[in-house]
Amino acid sequence: MKQKDIFIAFFRAGMLGYGGGLSAIPLMHREVVTIYKWMDDEEFSDILALANTLPGPINTKLSGYIGWRLSGFKGLLCAIAATVLPTVVLMILLLTVLNAYKDKPWVQGMSKGVIPIAGVMIGVLAWDFIKKSKQSMGWLATIVIAGISLIVMQFFGIHPALMIIALVAAALLSKEEKR
Amino acid sequence: MIYWKIFLANFIANLLGYGGGPATIPLLEHEVVDRYSWYTTGEYSEMVALGNGLPGPIATKLAGYIGYDQGGLLGAAIGLFASVAPSLIMMIALLGLLLKFKESKKVKRLTQFVRPTIAVLLGVMTYHFFFDSYVSTGIMHTAIIGVLGLIFLEKLHISPVYVVLGALVYGAVFL
Repeated sequence: MKQKDIFIAFFRAGMLGYGGGLSAIPLMHREVVTIYKWMDDEEFSDILALANTLPGPINTKLSGYIGWRLSGFKGLLCAIAATVLPTVVLMILLLTVLNAYKDKPWVQGMSKGVIPIAGVMIGVLAWDFIKKSKQSMGWLATIVIAGISLIVMQFFGIHPALMIIALVAAALLSKEEKR
Repeated sequence: MIYWKIFLANFIANLLGYGGGPATIPLLEHEVVDRYSWYTTGEYSEMVALGNGLPGPIATKLAGYIGYDQGGLLGAAIGLFASVAPSLIMMIALLGLLLKFKESKKVKRLTQFVRPTIAVLLGVMTYHFFFDSYVSTGIMHTAIIGVLGLIFLEKLHISPVYVVLGALVYGAVFL
């Protein structure tokens, strides 16, 4: 019974959340805290905050961890499958069908038509990251790190991995002053 | 070895993507477009747009599709595993430790420090997408779709499903 509940909860949260992982978080909160009462509000917020300090998709970290907490490895697999598989299957079907008709001019037109939309979506995300960064560190630090990143990655062609590893090291080596 | 490449591409992108799934989009582009040349910028942007038009997390949709496209069902499974498992294992293994340090400035700074870099990567990617669109369809169509897309998504808060569908129809008719 429990596996079924876990599956349904994360299936609903995944399928109703558009626009990447972040939009699914309130939906997940509703399933986990309000509907199934698997944990209270505070615990959910704690888990969310910690998931944010680790890299990678937020959604699968949350659902996998909550599934694991509820019923071990089986719960983890069930939660991940419910979060990920339905939408991946849709994605594969959609793009495979589109690619099958690639030589038709109107399908080529469709492919070209969505590029600016992808540009807008990614541009909005970039702006979101800037705004969040400004909120947590202020403009100066944001502009300094962004400027250095731009120069290092774009003009010197350094792999983003090295830049990110350097920043992670800087964060871990920074002083733990009280404010 | 294609499976190893699929694993590595997703593993790197997700292990460095601080700030959730969207942060991994430009990092994954770096792997599958720049390093392995599996896709052009245009093809990748198509995946991003369609992926955003579908529900659910974006990083796993890209991982699953790219894995499937390059290496069949096993490739899809490997791509998904590489995008989900490393951070989830860290989460389960480190949660106790992280809870103890949850007020720690250092732990918070991890995401804080990396955010502007991700913003730059996303910004550069935006430029690539628009430039690609300008080259293939010209300034007029790019501007029309871009401006309408921005208004519908951000001002009117129309669901991405309809915006992507609209762009597909526009493309089929006018491009």
